[in-house]
Amino acid sequence: MTSAENQELAVKEKTALNRSAEQTRTGALFSPDVDIFETDREITLLADMPGVKPDNLSIDLRNDVLTIAGETENIRKAGQVDIIAEYESGKYYRQFTLSEMIDQAKIDAKLNDGVLRLTLPKVAKAAPRRITVKTS
Amino acid sequence: MVYKKLFGVPAWRVRSPFEELERMRNRMDRLIDGFSRGSFETSSAGVFPLVNLTEDKENYYLYAELPGVTTDALDIEATANNLSIEGERQIPLEDEGAKYHRKEREAGHFSRIVQMPGDINPETVDASLVNGILSVVVPKAEAEKPKKIAIQGE
Repeated sequence: MTSAENQELAVKEKTALNRSAEQTRTGALFSPDVDIFETDREITLLADMPGVKPDNLSIDLRNDVLTIAGETENIRKAGQVDIIAEYESGKYYRQFTLSEMIDQAKIDAKLNDGVLRLTLPKVAKAAPRRITVKTS
Repeated sequence: MVYKKLFGVPAWRVRSPFEELERMRNRMDRLIDGFSRGSFETSSAGVFPLVNLTEDKENYYLYAELPGVTTDALDIEATANNLSIEGERQIPLEDEGAKYHRKEREAGHFSRIVQMPGDINPETVDASLVNGILSVVVPKAEAEKPKKIAIQGE
């Protein structure tokens, strides 16, 4: 089952980024589209990063800041001439601040068909407990 | 919509006019680049998916970014000089109890026809979908390929 069965997909322009620090390598930088949802046990992040291979993806979590960065390779071979150029490709970069305690050892990342799925399990003590109120 | 503040709002979401200018300049550069080569289509057709089309002597090459689309959910057809791309991007529903902080990814159906600049050989079109990038190699029809003409001396 899908969330949208008959909806037509519309064109969505990529969000370009400019980092304050000067880049050492040239090339466009984009912010990947993400879904982030949370259950009692974990936080899951899905990010569209087409063209990124697992080797070129870096995920970093320190001081509650989660950074995802991905490099893409140029798939064009030399000698190809542009006829239509509607999209640019480049690197992906995005940061999130997490206020929840994450169990770093259990973080799991999968990259399939250009979509990153990152599972961030909460540490046990952050999982909510239902508190029963007793009457005397 | 109830927004639970768990993730800070990233500062770079705010676009400064300078960033916009920088992007415009990049586009202008590309535009001028294209004009000098004489065959550049600048306006996007506004239909999903966005494509890049290139050529060399033998083939046209079409690229599109289709993250999360599987080969089963994608159909590609070639006619004399058109390439039709049709498919569905599915985003499976997650746990019912899941609460969303961000929902930027979209699911849905898409179909697009891209006209090739010249006749193609539809029999030998080759398509691959790797890491969410579709690459289609479209061989040009024999008549479209540049012919080397031997110049005879006396």
